[in-house]
Amino acid sequence: MTDNIVEIDNLSFGYGGRMLHKGINMSFPRGKVVAIMGGSGSGKTTLLRLIGGQLKPVDGEVRVDGTVVHEQGRRELQKLRRKMGMLFQMGALFTDLSVYENVAFPMREHTSLPESMIRDLVMMKLNAVGLRGARDLMPTELSGGMARRVALARAVALDPAIIMYDEPFAGLDPISMGVICNLIRRLNDALGATSIVVTHDVREAFSFVDYVYFVADGMVAAEGTPDELSKSTLPFVHQFVHGEVDGPVPFHYPAPDYRGDMLRGHDV
Amino acid sequence: MSRLLSGFDSLLRGIGHRLVDQFWRLGSAARFFAYTLIYSGESLRRPNLVIREIYFTGVLSLIIIIVSAFFVGMVLGLQGYNTLQKYGSSEAIGVLVALSLVRELGPVVTALLFAGRAGTAITAQIGLMKATEQLSAMEMMAVSPIARVVAPRFWAGVISMPLLASLFSMIGILGGYLVAVPIIGVDGGAFWSQMQASVDFREDVMNGFIKSCVFGVACAMIALFEGYDAPPTADGVSRATTRTVVNSSLAVLGLDFVMTSFMIS
Ligand SMILES: Nc1ncnc2c1ncn2[C@@H]1O[C@H](COP(=O)(O)OP(=O)(O)OP(=O)(O)O)[C@@H](O)[C@H]1O
Ligand SMILES: [Mg+2]
Repeated sequence: MTDNIVEIDNLSFGYGGRMLHKGINMSFPRGKVVAIMGGSGSGKTTLLRLIGGQLKPVDGEVRVDGTVVHEQGRRELQKLRRKMGMLFQMGALFTDLSVYENVAFPMREHTSLPESMIRDLVMMKLNAVGLRGARDLMPTELSGGMARRVALARAVALDPAIIMYDEPFAGLDPISMGVICNLIRRLNDALGATSIVVTHDVREAFSFVDYVYFVADGMVAAEGTPDELSKSTLPFVHQFVHGEVDGPVPFHYPAPDYRGDMLRGHDV
Repeated sequence: MSRLLSGFDSLLRGIGHRLVDQFWRLGSAARFFAYTLIYSGESLRRPNLVIREIYFTGVLSLIIIIVSAFFVGMVLGLQGYNTLQKYGSSEAIGVLVALSLVRELGPVVTALLFAGRAGTAITAQIGLMKATEQLSAMEMMAVSPIARVVAPRFWAGVISMPLLASLFSMIGILGGYLVAVPIIGVDGGAFWSQMQASVDFREDVMNGFIKSCVFGVACAMIALFEGYDAPPTADGVSRATTRTVVNSSLAVLGLDFVMTSFMIS
């Protein structure tokens, strides 16, 4: 039990009436890099928000380090969140601060380190993502991929125990992609952290993660090590791993019958 | 007939819905206000944050405040002279200009300009920070957006407003003087001495100051709440910005009436 730093237990959640998650069970062992995969709109970002305590589950619970996230008060939740770092899908850099100040932000807020130390740490983090030279730029002057790398540096600024990455590869060129894979792995192992990587990128993810969860229809559709899953004959996994259009994973948001929808406009 | 009834029914229903929505919003605004006050201690301990926001809200509003005050003062001088000279008391022009500015125009016009200049900027900024997940990211870093983003802007507004209003009154009086004395030729000594004799510090200056403080709280709070409450889309933020101007203006004028009636009685 204790070697799982994050445990998701029979979790259900939905916005409004529509249930997005229907009883999800996952566990994230300490020190591992675990990927969560699933179609667009399957609720992966929402899952990370549930882990971070920004949303309350309808049923079930998320435990971080043994404590139930949604039962914590404000102070406890803040304490819990200081163990986490999160890379947002859009980067979410503070647009009124420079790259340097963005990475320094968590340090300034939570530590009283002297400026020289903050400077060294920020330079280290920026160097790790290859953007030390961009420290004086403003977020609006960065490309999408660069912004994501800065956000990554910011997410790990305080060496968190749990690092959550929401689509870290989207919009990166193949070289940076490889670099980021390496980086996630190295950060994880060097810090003794646990990483949760949400991604669509099967090939990249399979190359460096320890374990994979597939979510579909609000449930865990398949799980296993990359090796196991590559050999899997489950039609769902096969479709996802090989990027086939036809198969059990729907491309469409649930909708009424297409033909009926088109005809409806004409039946006046 | 039944058509009329059902139309009436849906009309009532619509009004009811909107009323309930508005009350709901008022409730969340009150809660937001309470949170801002609770978290204020945290951000007031870091005066740098507040000073930075005073620069953005206060200092950047200076130009528009100064220019408007100057013109308002000059117009007061012209209009006041025109009327007063008919009664042969054109020396009272100084009193008229000073009292109108200190009691009413200073605080009210400053607040209206502030809502247009700084309030909209605050709403748009907070709304966009929300839309681009910056507030979410802050929350995930265990930093409260209310303490870090909202409270400093609130206090900056509350502090800048009385300062800007005083400045407005001063510049306005200067504008009135310029028109009345050097241009029209009213006696300068009479202009100042009558003003000095009739403007009371407690009755006029303090009351004007109190008004501008209240307007500061109202304008800052409305701008912040509209931004924080805006739907996280381009459309939502633009609507929120408009609402800031409309609601701030109405709040300022309404509060002004209420406070004036208390102060005069
Ligand atoms: N704040 C919200 N309010 C209402 N519905 C929401 C909200 N956020 C997301 N949703 C809905 O929840 C579903 C899942 O959203 P989520 O962002 O978790 O998907 P995702 O798996 O991260 O997708 P992607 O891979 O495209 O990022 C979507 O269908 C979306 O319409
Ligand atoms: Mg997502």
